[in-house]
Amino acid sequence: MSGTEIGLAVSVFLACAVEAVEALTIVLAVGTTRSWSSTFAGVGAAVLALALIVVALGPALTSLPIDALRVLVGGLLLVFGLQWLRKAILRGAGLKAKHDELQTYREETEAARANGRHAGFDGYSFAIAFKGVLLEGLEVAFIVLTFGANQHDVALAGVAAAAAVFVVVAAGTAARAPLARVPENTMKLAVGVMLSSFGMFWGAEGAGARWPGGDAALLAIVPGVLLVALALVWALQRGTYTLPSQTSDDSAATETATART
Amino acid sequence: MRQVLIFLIGIWDFVVGDDWRTAVGVVVALGLTALISAAGGSAWWVMPVAVLGLLTLSVRRAAREASRRG
Repeated sequence: MSGTEIGLAVSVFLACAVEAVEALTIVLAVGTTRSWSSTFAGVGAAVLALALIVVALGPALTSLPIDALRVLVGGLLLVFGLQWLRKAILRGAGLKAKHDELQTYREETEAARANGRHAGFDGYSFAIAFKGVLLEGLEVAFIVLTFGANQHDVALAGVAAAAAVFVVVAAGTAARAPLARVPENTMKLAVGVMLSSFGMFWGAEGAGARWPGGDAALLAIVPGVLLVALALVWALQRGTYTLPSQTSDDSAATETATART
Repeated sequence: MRQVLIFLIGIWDFVVGDDWRTAVGVVVALGLTALISAAGGSAWWVMPVAVLGLLTLSVRRAAREASRRG
C-alpha cells in the first residue's frame, strides 16, 4: 500500500468514525425511546441512499481526465477541509462549543418522548434515524468519493468507511450508550489536516505544479498544516487575535467564551 | 426550476459552508498555480502560501464573530 493510499484510508476511517459516533447517538436515542424496528428501517434506508450516491457519482468522477479530476477534487477537498479545520481550531481554542454526545442524547430522547408512541410502524423513529444517518453520512460519502476517485480506488475508501462504522457500532453496542469519551475534536482536527493537505497537494498537481520530491512532499505538507492549525489554536487561546476595532466588551466576551471550555 | 435552485443552494451550502471567501481564495490560488505553471515557472509554493493565508483569515473572522456574539 502506497503512502497516499494509507493517507486515503486513514482520512476516510477517521472522518467516518467521527460522523458515525454522531449518528449513533441519534439512533440510540430514538431506538431506545420509541421503536427499534422503525429506527433500523430508517438507518437501512439512509445507508442505501448513501451507497447509491457513491455508486452513481463514483464512475462519473473517475471518467474525468486526471488533471481535471485533480483540480476539481483538490479544490473541493481543500474548501471542505478548511471548513473542518477552522471549526476544530475554534473548538480547540474554546470559541466554539464542543460536541457533547450525552447532551445530544438527552435532547433527542426528550424530543422522541414528547412526540408520543405509535403502535406498529413508527414514522417518527424512521424519519429521525433516516435524517440523522443521511446527513452525517453525506460528508463521509463526499470524502469517500473525492479521495477514492482521485486515487482510482473508491473500493479502498469504501472499505475504510465500512471498517469505521463497524468499530463504532461494535463499541456502541458494547457500551449500550452514546460514545461520549471519543475525542471528537481531535479526530476532526486530524481529518481537517488530512483533507486540506491532500486537497492542496492534488489541486496544485492538477493545475500543473510539480512538488519537490513528488509524493514525498506530503511528508512535509501534512505536519506543516498541523503545525499551522496548532499555532492558530495557541494564538487564539493567548488572545493574539485582538483586533484594532475590538472593544473591551468584545475582549471580555472572548474571555468568557474561552473560559467555558 | 425552483427545485433545481434549492438543490444547487444545498450543494453550495454543503461544500462551501458559511465562508465563501475561503472558497473564492482556493479557486484564485488554483488559477494562479495554473498560470505560473503554464508560463513555465515553479508554482508548487502558491497553494501552501494561499492555505496559510486563507486559514488564518478565516479563523480570524470566525473568532471575531464568536467574540461579538459572546
